[in-house]
Amino acid sequence: MSTRDLRAAFAAAAADGRAALVPYLVCGHPDADTTVHLVLEAAAAGADVIELGVPFSDPLADGETIRNATRVALDAGMSVAGCLDVVRRVRAAGATLPIVLMGYVNPLARYGVERFCADAAAAGVDGLIVPDMPLEESGELLAAAGSVELGVTFLVTPVTGGARIAQLAAASTGFLYCVATTGTTGARADVASSTVELLDRVRNLAGDTPFAVGFGVSTPEHVAELAPHADGVIVGSALVALVERDAASLAGRIGELVAATAVVGVR
Amino acid sequence: MTDHLDTFRLDAAPMPDAHGRFGDYGGSWIPEVLVPVAGRIVEGWSAARTDPAFLQEFVGMCRSFVGRPTPLQVAPRLTAHAGGAQLLLKREDLAHTGAHKINNALGQVLLARRLGVKRVIAETGAGQHGVATATACALLDMPCVVYMGSHDIERQHPNVLRMELLGAEVRPVDEGQRTLTDAVSAAIRDWVADPDGTYYLLGSAVGMHPFPTMVRDLQSVIGHEARAQSLELLGGELPSVVVACVGGGSNAIGTFMPFAGDGAVELRGAEAAGDGIDTPRHSASVAAGSIGVLHGARTMLIQDDDGQVLPTHSISAGLDYPGVGPEHAQLAATGRATYTGVTDDEAMAALQLTCRLEGIIPAVESAHAISLALDIAAGRPASDTVLVTVSGRGDKDLATIMQYRAAHGVTSMNFADAGDDHHPAPGAPHVYA
Repeated sequence: MSTRDLRAAFAAAAADGRAALVPYLVCGHPDADTTVHLVLEAAAAGADVIELGVPFSDPLADGETIRNATRVALDAGMSVAGCLDVVRRVRAAGATLPIVLMGYVNPLARYGVERFCADAAAAGVDGLIVPDMPLEESGELLAAAGSVELGVTFLVTPVTGGARIAQLAAASTGFLYCVATTGTTGARADVASSTVELLDRVRNLAGDTPFAVGFGVSTPEHVAELAPHADGVIVGSALVALVERDAASLAGRIGELVAATAVVGVR
Repeated sequence: MTDHLDTFRLDAAPMPDAHGRFGDYGGSWIPEVLVPVAGRIVEGWSAARTDPAFLQEFVGMCRSFVGRPTPLQVAPRLTAHAGGAQLLLKREDLAHTGAHKINNALGQVLLARRLGVKRVIAETGAGQHGVATATACALLDMPCVVYMGSHDIERQHPNVLRMELLGAEVRPVDEGQRTLTDAVSAAIRDWVADPDGTYYLLGSAVGMHPFPTMVRDLQSVIGHEARAQSLELLGGELPSVVVACVGGGSNAIGTFMPFAGDGAVELRGAEAAGDGIDTPRHSASVAAGSIGVLHGARTMLIQDDDGQVLPTHSISAGLDYPGVGPEHAQLAATGRATYTGVTDDEAMAALQLTCRLEGIIPAVESAHAISLALDIAAGRPASDTVLVTVSGRGDKDLATIMQYRAAHGVTSMNFADAGDDHHPAPGAPHVYA
């Protein structure tokens, strides 16, 4: 498991004429056993990469759906070590798709950045997203992640300038995360025209770093609209809400989302 | 005759390094969406703090609108009660809107206007920062939204009415503990939705660079005046000890910094110990926390072993916050300042004493500082002087005080230890009739 596998997953989807589908789930929502089960189902349904949120008490970048799921996970006892255990169990059950952890900096720092990277890599994690760690503060994480071949993902947004997009793409050893709109995570009704403009700008600036789009991407229609403009599409809050409502239908929904990633003939 | 404001400077203390760090603390741990706007605020403040025209406008408003300088007075009966060092009170409760928060709010709305934003948002705990922001926005014609935890809305209701009267929209925050930290998070989420058009007016010396620096620079007007007034009042001498309460720590950093170069002056922060630092119910981040990252800064934080921020408690909404300004964390690490927990009960006792002995109803927050100052004064000779900042007035706290009285029974609120023979015997209920 490594940066290489993460990049290979995007390359394989592209070779397939698709954008990679990256479902996001809150690790431990509603409990650890369910997360293990859902990740295996998502993999079987064709997800290319899984993003697991490491619960934090004060998730600044998240909207209400993920905040509530986070609270449920924490109340059920989920922790940083618990997230690594979930990944170990998923690997033991045979899942080979790349797994990326998204976690706020404080729990990671408390665990110890170097120790966290080593334990995460050993557990079978391929990459990390730390949404409140800007490039300027990332030296320690990049070094620790690099030494165990964990990919690090930085984020760009509609207000990020061109030079900085290039800088963040170059610094991303995993994939680059394009935040579709300003604001927090959460399902939205439509894809903003500015999102496509952002992705087309990123396409010209990202070099060979694969990039995925997320925040507000909710339906197969959204995925179909964005897939031609990105290497990957991340669906988070809409799936977290589905886990809350009807976890048994998650695999079917992921299948629909994967089907919507086809971009044959567009690129 | 000078009023001391003519010698005030916003750039008296240095900016931290380019990353906004004070030693190991501070920095800018923010989502990428805020990186451009944080950069603009850093540039904007770096320019404004050294711009004579900006300083002149700020100082002019301090004089004409805030009523600065606020007095520094001897507290004769509290001094007698403590039975040791002389106590001096820096009367920020006499600033317009009733607390020091107006110093920061006016300065930052002036900056927001310079940056050309369309609206101002703020968080508030006790409501004093919300009122100050609503006031400054009314004065400078800026739309204003204030986020406030619904628990704080209950315990600080008069300030909610004040904000609404001043034209601000108060948005209740119903998450987490429904207190200050949840209001900060809600305000930051609003900000990330429109970082280009919105100015987030942070009320304490916390958060990402440059807020801890900017709030310190603006609130340093407190310590600047207090230092000059001390020299006058004490015949060229400085106080032996300077005391202020610390939640996020804005009145404290503003009080401390102008004395930071005076090595002989002890700097003492009073944190909220709630039910006691040895219980889970307190807000004493420096005294009982550990290093962590919250709301954009690396600082001292009340958290568990997994790095989850823990619930906090203080009777004072304004001190009920799990973090602390990063420069305080640094002052504590270097030993330049020390931080001591003051319990709810100790603060309420000091509040009662200050009412009855000095005719001043201090804010519950400020009462924490007064309690610590009384303790310090009691252990020192009469030749020493302890200066304490009364950060705000307590009118907003009447509901809290009534509740505390009800919960503890009227008889426990006696003034027997006030050392004042005009008072009835301990426990006499008619005092409160």
